[in-house]
Amino acid sequence: MTTIQDTVLPPQTDIGLVGWVKTNLMNNWYNSLFTIFMLVVGVLFLQMILRWSFFSADWSAVTSNLKLYMVGQYPNEELWRVGVVLFIVTSLLGVTWGLWGGLARTFALAGIGAAALIAILPLSLDDLPIEGRVWIFSSAGFVAAGYYFVRVTRSVATPKRVIWAWIASFFVGMFILRGFEGVPLLPVVGTNQWGGLLLTFTLALVGIVASFPLGMLLALGRRSNLPIVSLFSILFIELIRGVPLITLLFMTQIILPLLLPDSVPFLPDRLLNILDDRIVRAFLAITLFSAAYMAENIRGGLQAVSISQVEAAKALGLSGRHTMAFIVMPQALRAVIPTIVGQFIALFKDTTLVVIVGLLDIVGIGKAIVLGNVEWVDAQREVYLFIAAMFWVFTFAMSYTSRKLEESLGVKRH
Amino acid sequence: MPLLRSMLWHSDIPLWRDARVLRAVAQIVSVIIVVSIVVFAVNNVLTAANDRNLALGFDFLGEEAGFPIAESVVKYHEANSFRYAFYVGVLNTLKVALIGIVAATVLGVVLGVSRLSTNWLVSKAAGLYIEIFRNIPLLIQLFFWYFGVFLLFPAVENAVEWPGPIFISNRGIFAVWASTTSSFGPWMLWVLGGLILAVVARFSLLRIEARTGNSTHPNLLAIAAFILVSIIGWFLVADTPLAKSTPELGRFNFQGGLNFTPEFSALLFGLVIYTASFIAEIVRSGIQAVEKGQVEAARALGLSEYQTLKMVVIPQSLRIIIPPLISQYLNLTKNSSLALTIGYPDLFGVGRIIINQAGRAVPVFAMIMAAYLAMSLTYAVIGNLYNKHVRFVDR
Repeated sequence: MTTIQDTVLPPQTDIGLVGWVKTNLMNNWYNSLFTIFMLVVGVLFLQMILRWSFFSADWSAVTSNLKLYMVGQYPNEELWRVGVVLFIVTSLLGVTWGLWGGLARTFALAGIGAAALIAILPLSLDDLPIEGRVWIFSSAGFVAAGYYFVRVTRSVATPKRVIWAWIASFFVGMFILRGFEGVPLLPVVGTNQWGGLLLTFTLALVGIVASFPLGMLLALGRRSNLPIVSLFSILFIELIRGVPLITLLFMTQIILPLLLPDSVPFLPDRLLNILDDRIVRAFLAITLFSAAYMAENIRGGLQAVSISQVEAAKALGLSGRHTMAFIVMPQALRAVIPTIVGQFIALFKDTTLVVIVGLLDIVGIGKAIVLGNVEWVDAQREVYLFIAAMFWVFTFAMSYTSRKLEESLGVKRH
Repeated sequence: MPLLRSMLWHSDIPLWRDARVLRAVAQIVSVIIVVSIVVFAVNNVLTAANDRNLALGFDFLGEEAGFPIAESVVKYHEANSFRYAFYVGVLNTLKVALIGIVAATVLGVVLGVSRLSTNWLVSKAAGLYIEIFRNIPLLIQLFFWYFGVFLLFPAVENAVEWPGPIFISNRGIFAVWASTTSSFGPWMLWVLGGLILAVVARFSLLRIEARTGNSTHPNLLAIAAFILVSIIGWFLVADTPLAKSTPELGRFNFQGGLNFTPEFSALLFGLVIYTASFIAEIVRSGIQAVEKGQVEAARALGLSEYQTLKMVVIPQSLRIIIPPLISQYLNLTKNSSLALTIGYPDLFGVGRIIINQAGRAVPVFAMIMAAYLAMSLTYAVIGNLYNKHVRFVDR
């Protein structure tokens, strides 16, 4: 009696979990050793960290000072202004989500989740009062409101308007936070009272907004066919890129006052006094520093645009300015968007250096808390780990954005 | 008059639309703007200096410094001059930068290769490391290592002892080290002789290899020659050139042996861990950039796996890796200026003290900037030389 042999199934050990382990963890003897070693080290390390953070760490230096970490010494009775700015930003985020979806959707949902989580954090009401929880939780509502606003009224929020609204929100936000002289509702809150994450964000945003156009100008200057303009641009860029940021920070704090006269004819003193503000000086250093790097990034993009594009534009009768604005620059920027986002991340991380000139950004606040309070002098690890985690969340979000943009634009990071 | 007219209006184009005239005007205007800003600023500095009795010259450099420096590569005393103190600072920067570059490269290459490992766990662990450390500002990492780790080690009396012996305490890390004896100089001559012999041997063997086509193992034999000559020299000089120096607990601190202060250790630790995460990404993308076809072609030609790696993959990926790697080295050097925040006396930190002691902000800042610019320039020159060396030679 003959039977046809059944079709042979693939060996059990090549598929499923066993197969995956075999090909990815134990494909030869040294990889098996590595796997075992990594597992042992990993488990021990994780155990150590968990045990420390839940049993021996004292997080009260963090939880008791949440307001300081977030806004520094911004006066308590004016905190609603920070809340209003938060609402403006979150509702714009919601609008962006409704209009484009994609990345904005991810961020909007993450924001809603984070807000909800913060609102129900199991902290005492002294550390995180009810009003704070309500403000933060309602910002999640504003995201949703922005989203439904777009869904309901399709034609009001056009892409162009939303982009302008984002740009406007920066200036509006700054004005709300700082206030005006003579406006009873919005008394001036001097920048010396700004601190914590608020100051970190302000420094980073102003740096980004100011260094981008300046960097673009410098890049064009460096590629200019006028030898003197090009020389000056090269000198400026290389001089700044050659020194660390903290030299610039100190220069603007110590040398800049010497470079400026007490008064300038035709210039109101008030304009000159702006530079007396230590935060403005830090802005200046960060902006100049970042602009030099930005110029090099943009120059890389300009070099990537083929000369035939320029020739074609000329043949169509476009003027030099129009060729640059409509043909060359858009292609150049598109090619280097990931690099530029990388530069923004670096700038965001570099804002921490303002601690050195005595500003109280989130790191400065942390340092002041551990050095200024006897009860928290041993909480160094907890405080710096908390600050590191805060930074990590935002830088990781930015590099995630960069990766997504890279994918959607079809450009590769160089 | 017609001549002038023809010079100015050489065609029908009026002056204000002539490209050459516009170019000249643009350049003249930019020169005027830049020069007037510089003159304005310099003038203000001079006025301010005059008003406040600030001296701008470098004549103070010869004066006695009068402040202590916590650690230095060369001998330093408070009675030394400002110039010498600044030099000590520069050496401290170079010390942390050089050791940091070597360590960060080793760690970065290991991580970058691990990222490409076929072992899922190893690759993910390396990825986790990279994502964590490059996304946290260096300053926070330095604060964490210095205030949260190195300063929290036990006091000197209860120092942790590791085999070696290595002593770890909140005064730093002390380890066994070698101290030189009187016969160190003569032995160095032997080592130098070995080095020369090795170089000569390598090149002559390479020439033989090129002529005959037989493998002569030039690198292996050169290293062997170097080691052999050094060992022979060690026994032929009068005394042993290096003596063991073990740290011993003195009254306040350990004495002798190799000493890393907490400031130096934290700075080195932070710089290495931070920079390695960037180097790892550079190495990974450099290796991935070599086309698969290159490897397959090399294997098809009968090259062994090692030969493929050595002659096909590494040379091509190095071309991509080295330029960004050099800019990371420059970043590490510039980032070492954060030493100021944790009290390591690097060139910036010493410069700050000199500014306070001598009251000369402008000249000292000029010196600090010149020192950093000189370092940047050195890296740029090395990078350009390398690029010239490995440039594709198109037929």
